[in-house]
Amino acid sequence: MKQDITLKREGQFLAFLKPLVGKFTPNFQRMDIMGSLKKTVITIFSVLVFLGLWHLGSKALYNKEANFKIEKALNEQGAVAAEAERACIASGDSSCQPNTLPSPLQVWASLQSLIADHKVITADKAAFVEKMSERNAQLIAQGKDAIVYTGRASFVDIVLTSIKTVFAGFLLALLIAVPIGIVIGLSPSLRSAFNWFIQIFKPVSPVVWYLLVFMIVKTLYIGDSSDNAFVISFISVGLCAMWATLVNTAMGVSTVDKDYINVAKVLKLGTFQKIFKVILPSSLPLIFTGLRITLSVAWMVLIAIELLAQSQGLGLFVWEEFQNGANDSNSKIIVAMFVIGIIGFLLDRLMLAIQNMVSFNKNESV
Amino acid sequence: MAYLELNNIYKTYGEGDSSTEVLSNINLSIEEGEFVAIVGFTGSGKTTLVNLINGLLKPTSGEVLFKGQPVIDTSHERGVIFQNYSLLPWLTVGQNVFMAVKEAFPKENKTFLKQRVSDYVAMVGLSPAINKRPKELSGGMRQRVAVARALAMNPEMIIMDEPLGALDALTRGNLQDEILNIWSQDKRTALLITNDVDEGIYMADRIIPLKPGPNATLGPEFKIDIERPRDKTALNDNPNFKKTRNAIIEYLMDIGNERKSVSQKEYVLPDISPKSFVA
Repeated sequence: MKQDITLKREGQFLAFLKPLVGKFTPNFQRMDIMGSLKKTVITIFSVLVFLGLWHLGSKALYNKEANFKIEKALNEQGAVAAEAERACIASGDSSCQPNTLPSPLQVWASLQSLIADHKVITADKAAFVEKMSERNAQLIAQGKDAIVYTGRASFVDIVLTSIKTVFAGFLLALLIAVPIGIVIGLSPSLRSAFNWFIQIFKPVSPVVWYLLVFMIVKTLYIGDSSDNAFVISFISVGLCAMWATLVNTAMGVSTVDKDYINVAKVLKLGTFQKIFKVILPSSLPLIFTGLRITLSVAWMVLIAIELLAQSQGLGLFVWEEFQNGANDSNSKIIVAMFVIGIIGFLLDRLMLAIQNMVSFNKNESV
Repeated sequence: MAYLELNNIYKTYGEGDSSTEVLSNINLSIEEGEFVAIVGFTGSGKTTLVNLINGLLKPTSGEVLFKGQPVIDTSHERGVIFQNYSLLPWLTVGQNVFMAVKEAFPKENKTFLKQRVSDYVAMVGLSPAINKRPKELSGGMRQRVAVARALAMNPEMIIMDEPLGALDALTRGNLQDEILNIWSQDKRTALLITNDVDEGIYMADRIIPLKPGPNATLGPEFKIDIERPRDKTALNDNPNFKKTRNAIIEYLMDIGNERKSVSQKEYVLPDISPKSFVA
């Protein structure tokens, strides 16, 4: 039934556009409007097809599992039990629902429940702060630590933690990789000194990076009861993701156009002037290409690393929902999947915008 | 003593067996205020010669003397205009010139520097484009920026490495006039490297052909006794121009043919004829 509605909507949508198209055709900007309209229609259409296929797929999986359950009841407990099972599944009772790929509508409902949950938690938090304000003021006056809210994190908090981790890791990668890249790009002997290091550590998996960072940070934080999950995860993310920037920066700096170097020589620029006025500006496009790859790698490895580090981000959220196995866990995982994808896409757009802003070669944007 | 002197210059690239001698036994002397053109085929080592004079390269043996002092590094006294403009693409026209001016006059204040930049950009007729980037300019405009950049540093000598090589014929003619115009104002010493004999004759006091490399060396010089300012259209009817032009071209053709005949090899063809299948 549901999928019928979707299909009908598509039909209605296109029909609804027809008069609009007619209205715009005599316009002098016709080609342009037609072009963008066509693009929009194609995009919307493909989204609807995707949702339709998803819906059909989840429906098929749901039926397969439901039939299996009924069959099993029939084989093991007899016809009465099977009929009871069938009734239970049809009634939508959560105790006997098949646990499979959720439909788009279930995911949508989960998103809304996550937002509602966020509102509840925010209200809780505000109430807590309100209630504790007097006590906390006293504690601070006595020189003690204030009592902070330690309740459950809402979905929005989780997403913010992930974004914070990714940016901290990205910043770490930038601070390590760009200066080292410049230095080894400038000096061929340092380049060969670092080469084996880069070649060996570049392909190491995020999981192994996490373990390495864990070994070191654990010892550094020894005797300290504070939560170091955030520190471990952002350092691991940074170390995993920095290689693209390192290699690109070194490459950009070492392959500056010979003409520019000649100009620097003829103008008799000092070493610092030469680096900051000629070499760095000319290698900026490559450095930014590296940073863009670094940011997308950082976002990709983040999920795995948060899961391992037990850092309160999307990675841990996904894993906990999977372990949880509640009725709406699967649809929450899919919500997280979309949120991860959309944020990754937005981060890439952000980097592209910055890259285009600083790059002198405007035509090179890909 | 000459203003610029090249004594027995040899320049070799590479080491050992794989080395190639690009320039050999180059002797040249240029007087102050002279406009000298060196004409040669592409790949004959012209750019190497220029880089030896401006200090970007060091000779394998021999010495380059500028005002009696050996050239060991680049200097603001010798301004260079490169073949491919070599403007920094991330800087605007004004910024490109400013960078050079700031290096050439480190003690001057910003107002002076800015004034100088706008003066020289105006001189090459690019004031409206002062805030544009090289990408937005045509080839001729870019080379004008390079001219402004070189001259704004107030060099005592201008070295031009095929400055108009990449331009179309019309722009080329205009820029030749502009460079001559600027040169005639204070008669700085100028060295022009070119592959265009007409351009050399039109602009220079003296033309020296460069025999093609490897082992490139300078040929006999040709004096151009044509009154300045020269008129490009009248030049074609000038008997002096025709004579010099023919002499230079004949010389260059001769060495070109010489080079060809040296590399010519006699191939012995086998004595064969098509096999007859008709038995």
